Amino acid sequence: MSDGRSVTPILSVDGVGAVFDGRAVLTDVSFAIEPGEFTGLIGSNGAGKTTLFRVILGLQAAVGGSVLLAGAPRSRREPLIGYVPQKFQLDPDAPLRTRDLVGLGLDAHRYGIALPSRARRARIDRMLDAVDARAFADARIGTLSGGEQQRVLIAHALIAAPKLLLLDEPLANLDLRSGNEVVALLARIASEQQIAVLISAHDMNPLLGVMDRIVYLAAGRAASGTSEEVVRTSVLSALYGHHVDVLRVHGRVLVVAGEAGELADSRDLAHTHRQVEIVA
Amino acid sequence: MSGALAAIFAPGFFDSQPVAVAASVGAVVAVVCGTVGVFTVIRGQSFAGEALGDIGTMGGSGAFLVSVGPLWGFGAAAVAAAGVMELVGIQRPRGRDLATGIVLGAGLGLAALFLYLDTVYHNTSGATFTIIFGSMFAIPSSAIPLVVCFSVVALGLMLAVFRPLLLSSISPELAGARGIPVRLIGATYLLALALAVALAAFTIGTILSLALLVGPAATALRLTRSPGKAVVAAALIGIATTWIGLVLAYDSYDWPPAGASWPVSFFVVTLIFAGYLLAGLPRRRRLRRSATASGPAGVS
Repeated sequence: MSDGRSVTPILSVDGVGAVFDGRAVLTDVSFAIEPGEFTGLIGSNGAGKTTLFRVILGLQAAVGGSVLLAGAPRSRREPLIGYVPQKFQLDPDAPLRTRDLVGLGLDAHRYGIALPSRARRARIDRMLDAVDARAFADARIGTLSGGEQQRVLIAHALIAAPKLLLLDEPLANLDLRSGNEVVALLARIASEQQIAVLISAHDMNPLLGVMDRIVYLAAGRAASGTSEEVVRTSVLSALYGHHVDVLRVHGRVLVVAGEAGELADSRDLAHTHRQVEIVA
Repeated sequence: MSGALAAIFAPGFFDSQPVAVAASVGAVVAVVCGTVGVFTVIRGQSFAGEALGDIGTMGGSGAFLVSVGPLWGFGAAAVAAAGVMELVGIQRPRGRDLATGIVLGAGLGLAALFLYLDTVYHNTSGATFTIIFGSMFAIPSSAIPLVVCFSVVALGLMLAVFRPLLLSSISPELAGARGIPVRLIGATYLLALALAVALAAFTIGTILSLALLVGPAATALRLTRSPGKAVVAAALIGIATTWIGLVLAYDSYDWPPAGASWPVSFFVVTLIFAGYLLAGLPRRRRLRRSATASGPAGVS
C-alpha cells in the first residue's frame, strides 16, 4: 500500500491520449506508480493496455499529456524500464540460448561484441537462478515452453537493474499453475529488489492477492488506487460511463455490465451461470 | 600416401597463381558471407539477399560496358539497391517483399540491356557467364585490394552492431524498448548485406551468390546453439566448401569433356547443398529422441 506521497513516483502518467489503428483508444489517462509497487493494469481486450505500454516505452508518441520516469522525461541512455512483450515467438532453430538472451538484456544497446568474462557469466548465472531458469540455461529459447520463455524474458528485462518492469499480459498464454508461479516470482522481485512492477491483464483475479495498486482502464480513461478503492460499482460505473456491477463470487471479482450492454469479454462467462455480460 | 594426395590435388595445384588468388579471395568472402548470412537467416531476409544478387547482374554487366572491374559494379549496384529498398520500406514486414520485388524487376531489366550491349559491342561472350556464374580461376590478383576493402567494411559494420542487431533481429519490440534505434541498425545491416552479396557474386556469380550467403549459415544454425558459434561455424563451412570446390574444379580439367574445367560455382553450390542435407540428419534423429524423452527439451 502507498500512504505517504513524499516519494517521487517512478512512473507518472498525466493526461495521456493515444491512437491505435487510427482510433483514439486512450483519451485522458492519469496515474502514478511508486517505487517497489506491484500494480495491475486491468482492462478488457482492446482497452488500450498495450498501447499505453508502447507510450510509456517511447515506442509510440502520446497525444498530449506527459510521461515522467522518476520525475524526468524518458532518456535513451538509462534503461530505467524493463519490458516483457506479450508476443514472443522464436523459431526453434534460432541460435539463441537462454543465457544469450539474458546476456543481451545486459548489454544489447552497446556496440561491438561482448567479450566473454567470468564476471559477466556469473552475473547472468545469478539472474538465471533468480528466475529458476538455470536448468535450461544452455537450451535454445525456441525449444522452451511458454512459462519457461516468460521467465527468461523476465530475466532479460531485469538483468539491467531497471526501476520499473512492464509486463504485457504475461498470464494470457500460461496455464493456471505457471501463471501463479510467474505472479509469485514477480511479487518476490518487486518487494526484494524494490522494483515497481506494472503488469497488464484482462482478468484481475489472479493478481488480487499481490496487487498494491490497480490501474483500471476503460473508455479511454483510467481509475487508480487500491483494489478496494477502485473495484467498486460506483467508481467503475463512472469510469465506463454507464452502470456496471461489481460482483464477488467465491473470492473472485466479476465486473458485469447491466442493461446498457457494452460488448463483453466472453472469456469468463463460464464462471457464472447467469445471463450477464462480463466486462472484465 | 603421396599417391592418394596426388590423386586429390592434381599436379600444379599448389604452384598455380590463379589457384592461390581464388583460394584466398574465396576464404575472405566465405568469412564475410558466413557472418552476414547468419543474420540473413535469422531475419528471414533471404529474398532481399537474392534480389541484391540479381541486381548485381546489372552492376556487373554495366561495369563490363565501361571497362571497370566487375566487383565495382556488383558493389555499387547492390549498395544502391539496398538504399532504395530501405527508402521504400523494406524494414516494414508488409512492404518488404513488394519493395524488394519492384526494385528487383527494374534492376534485371537494365541487366538484360547491359548484357546485350556487352555481347554486341565488346564481343565479350564470356562476360555473361562470368557475371552470372562467376569464374574464380580468372580473378586477377589486382582485384584483391578491393575484395579486402569490401570485406573489412562489411565485417566492421557487423562487429559494430552485432549485439543491437541480434536483439533487433529476434524481437524489434524488445530492442525498441531498450532504446536501440531499430531502423538505423537494420539499415546498417542492409549495407553489410549488400557488400557481402557483391563479394559472393564476384566469386560464384550473381545468380548463385545467395547460396554462399545463406547456405553455410543455415547449415551452421542446424549445428550450433549460440549466435557467436553459428557465425564461426558458417565462416568455416563457407571456407571448406569453397576450397574443396576449387580442388574439384581444378581436377575436373581431366574429366569429360577433357581439356576444360567444370565451373567452380557448380562444385561450391553442390557441396553447400550436400552439407545442409547432412547437417539435417543428426538433427532429425535428435529431435525424435527428445520427443520421446520426458525431461525439458534441450537440457544438456
